Amino acid sequence: MNNLLIWPVAVPLLSALLALLWPRRSTWIGVLGTALSLLAVVLVSRQVIESGAIELALGGWSPGLGIALRADGLSVLMLLMSTLVSMAVAVYASVYFSRSERRSEFWVLWLLLITALHALFLSGDLFNLYVTLELLGLSAVVLACLGGSRESLQAALNYLVLGLLGSMAFLIGVALIYAGYGTLDMAALAVAIESGPTAWLALSLMTGGLLIKSALFPLHFWLPPAHSNAPAPVSAVLSALVVKAALYLILRLWLALFDEVVTQTAALILGLLGGIAVLWGSWAALQAERLKLMAAYSTVAQVGYLFLFLPLLAALPEGTTRDVALGALVLLALTHGFAKSAFFLAAGVIMQRAGHDRIAELGGTARALPVTAFTLALAGVALIGLPPSGSFLAKWQLLSSVFITGQWIWLPVIAIGTLLAGAYTFRLLGYAFAPGEGVGPSLSVGREEIPAVLLALVATLVLGFWASAVWELVPISAYAGGEG
Amino acid sequence: MAMSVWLPVGILLSSLIPGVLIFFQPEERHRLRTWLNLLGAVIKLLLVGMLIWGVFHEQVFETRWTMAPGLEFVLHADALSVLFVSLSTLLWLVTTIYAVGYLEQTPHRSRFFGFFSLCVTATVGLALAGNLFTFVVFYELLTLATYPLIAHKGSPEALRGARIYLRYTLFGGLLLMIGAVWLHTLTGGVEFVEGGILQYANLDQSTLRWIFLLLIVGLGVKAALVPLHGWLPQAMVAPAPVSALLHAVAVVKAGAFGIVRVIYDVYGVEFAAELGVLTLLGAVAAITIIYGSLKALSQDHLKKRLAYSTVSQVSYIVLGTAIVGPLATIGGLVHLVHQGVMKITLFFAAGNYAEALGIHRVSEMDGVGRRMPGTTLAFTIGALGMIGIPPVAGFISKWYLGLGAVEAGAAAWVLPVLIASSLLNAAYFLPILYRAWFKSQSTPWPADKTAGCTRELPDALLWPPLTTAAMALLIGLLAAAPYSPLEWAELIAGREYRQ
Repeated sequence: MNNLLIWPVAVPLLSALLALLWPRRSTWIGVLGTALSLLAVVLVSRQVIESGAIELALGGWSPGLGIALRADGLSVLMLLMSTLVSMAVAVYASVYFSRSERRSEFWVLWLLLITALHALFLSGDLFNLYVTLELLGLSAVVLACLGGSRESLQAALNYLVLGLLGSMAFLIGVALIYAGYGTLDMAALAVAIESGPTAWLALSLMTGGLLIKSALFPLHFWLPPAHSNAPAPVSAVLSALVVKAALYLILRLWLALFDEVVTQTAALILGLLGGIAVLWGSWAALQAERLKLMAAYSTVAQVGYLFLFLPLLAALPEGTTRDVALGALVLLALTHGFAKSAFFLAAGVIMQRAGHDRIAELGGTARALPVTAFTLALAGVALIGLPPSGSFLAKWQLLSSVFITGQWIWLPVIAIGTLLAGAYTFRLLGYAFAPGEGVGPSLSVGREEIPAVLLALVATLVLGFWASAVWELVPISAYAGGEG
Repeated sequence: MAMSVWLPVGILLSSLIPGVLIFFQPEERHRLRTWLNLLGAVIKLLLVGMLIWGVFHEQVFETRWTMAPGLEFVLHADALSVLFVSLSTLLWLVTTIYAVGYLEQTPHRSRFFGFFSLCVTATVGLALAGNLFTFVVFYELLTLATYPLIAHKGSPEALRGARIYLRYTLFGGLLLMIGAVWLHTLTGGVEFVEGGILQYANLDQSTLRWIFLLLIVGLGVKAALVPLHGWLPQAMVAPAPVSALLHAVAVVKAGAFGIVRVIYDVYGVEFAAELGVLTLLGAVAAITIIYGSLKALSQDHLKKRLAYSTVSQVSYIVLGTAIVGPLATIGGLVHLVHQGVMKITLFFAAGNYAEALGIHRVSEMDGVGRRMPGTTLAFTIGALGMIGIPPVAGFISKWYLGLGAVEAGAAAWVLPVLIASSLLNAAYFLPILYRAWFKSQSTPWPADKTAGCTRELPDALLWPPLTTAAMALLIGLLAAAPYSPLEWAELIAGREYRQ
């Protein structure tokens, strides 16, 4: 039964090959391949929910030598998010790229990106993680260039260089671990790693590399230009999924592998950077003149929130309260994934209709594109953290952890961040719902409007009312020292 | 069994489902939209009737749904919820009819009625919330549902009013949430229980005072306590039916109701008095009552005058809550209903003056009674009630507040406040009545839209104020009858002080 684990990786990889061989049918292959990957993920998730974490040693080699795939609660949640978001984005992209000459390139890269993401969430050893991280980074960069404009090329080049720098740091960390412990299998390392200079250095290098990729302040500067200049479907997955992959790795490293190495001080530093990111990102989003730039800065802020959890997690004793906080962190990441992808897709619809995304000239959007305006409002609710979105619950638990641990310093950060998020969201909605001719005449609901609104509904309703599943899944861990 | 779980959900869905459906209706499906609205309102009324009967006979109605570890979404009907649910449901029905008439031939009606239904859903949700967490959820939802209603006209002033509203309420919601989470971490869950829960929890008293402050400031924004009232006069740019609902049931009442909940069913009124927080609250309420009346005095704009009057009148509820003793409780609670019925009448009438003759200012109202007798009759009853002249409902509220103050030994400062405020009420309402009935028209109407019509106004605009005016009169006259608001407030007070 554990052979199931290969499919979420194999299906998109095979589809990518097919799309490469048969460029004229690439749209079909792309959408279908994404759909089949979704199916594979659902099957794996069912297995994990029913019988707990599962593991597969590829080629029959025992872990430590061969390639190990593992799925536990955390990986399943990340997989489900990424596959659902990519399904919706794929449907949107089939319209967006329908007349583009770069259609076939897009779909090949798209499927490779999904392959890399799925492999990353399922990998059980550090070297594989490095490989998937590299593949993810490279496919993301090339996708970001597809816009073809000068700015997007420049932004993508920065993205590439910094991404490589991050991967390099990660790789050196991996090498140090191998030198120190003789294995790269994460389950074995979870038991083996002890506090010491090697572990410390390795952790710092790997975390540093991942911080670049997750765009934590002050390493965030590459993100806004790269995310806002990419084509809309690409922006959506970059902000919603690719950034989260780096964050997922940090969680894995900090909570499962290096749980004995991590100090309160280190966690506090990352928390402080997160706090600055919340304030700075939200402020910059409020100042942004373009819709996509605003969304990108909002991502910087939202990533900051996720890092606020680290000092709290480090301070909480292992047990229920910590699991609750960890679940909230994951829920916030998931909600942001859905909300931000919805936001970027909606921005894409507006951009294609109006020919621009200047916020001050968006009057009339609500009349011309009611569904899209509604999507922006729903996604905005999730970004602020208002009920009934998943991020409301996450924020409640975040505040709760602040009170339990007595780390009062985060309270004003969260409060001001929330008000700023309210300010930038409603500033946008004020323009979008104002009368005007900025967007053109009203047309019927298009196929390209539907995926975005569905994603936004998941963020604001499904993840609000059915969030308990997250807290049930997160404690299912494949790693001994782990999150459970 | 099933009934007791489904009834609260049904009451929410009876406005939520029509609301969502209405969003998808094209503008021109006028008739279908009206039917959806009325069907929902009537179904809700029937369900609430069942709820009233059940709660009176001490049946338990409760729905629970776990949203996150330790965070349960709870709908629970107790006597206090029923008071607020019935008020919202009844006034929603009347306001819907009024709004259908008022907004005829204007753009964006599907959007309007969609949000209108969501607004009522949130209000009813607040009434039925069984714990603080659920209350916070609906409190924020109410903000989201009312913002588009205030901004509805899309004019720069409307957008500005809505923006100010949003600034205040997001800030208030945030403080409420912080207070609620804090209390939650200390107690592990804050269910609303008649008589309160915190007196048994043995927690640090100064922490509880800080939390009280956070909660009350958060709620005070919507209840328009001075100095958190600044949004309310700005929000009157909304269309008349929205103002009516906003001032009578939805927003300001949500704040006042929340304060009542926190004091009676979280802290417990005696424990709150022990903490010493009620004195401060009572003082704020008294200041708000006087300040609102003074400001109302100087407003020439009719809706602004009514808005400041709301600022003042809603604090009667808070005042009744801040005085310990069953009689004051009854006075405060019954005013929750009475103020709603009277104030909605006044706003309907103000809307009618603007709609028929373009009258927006008090100084333009000379002789309007002869031209619009029905509307002016309704306005008169509402205004007399606000002053507290028997037998209109407002008298009952003030009477019980006064008795309660005497009972609690607070007569020395409460009675002067009540008397001063009643005099001020008279000073800003009686001149309007005088102008309307006894002066003759001095200038032409600003915009006479009903010239040449045989009737004053269409039925949909005329009957709602007359109905609510009659209600204000009847609940005053029949205050001692079974199921009257007064009887119900006595029932609640009896249950709160049972321990």
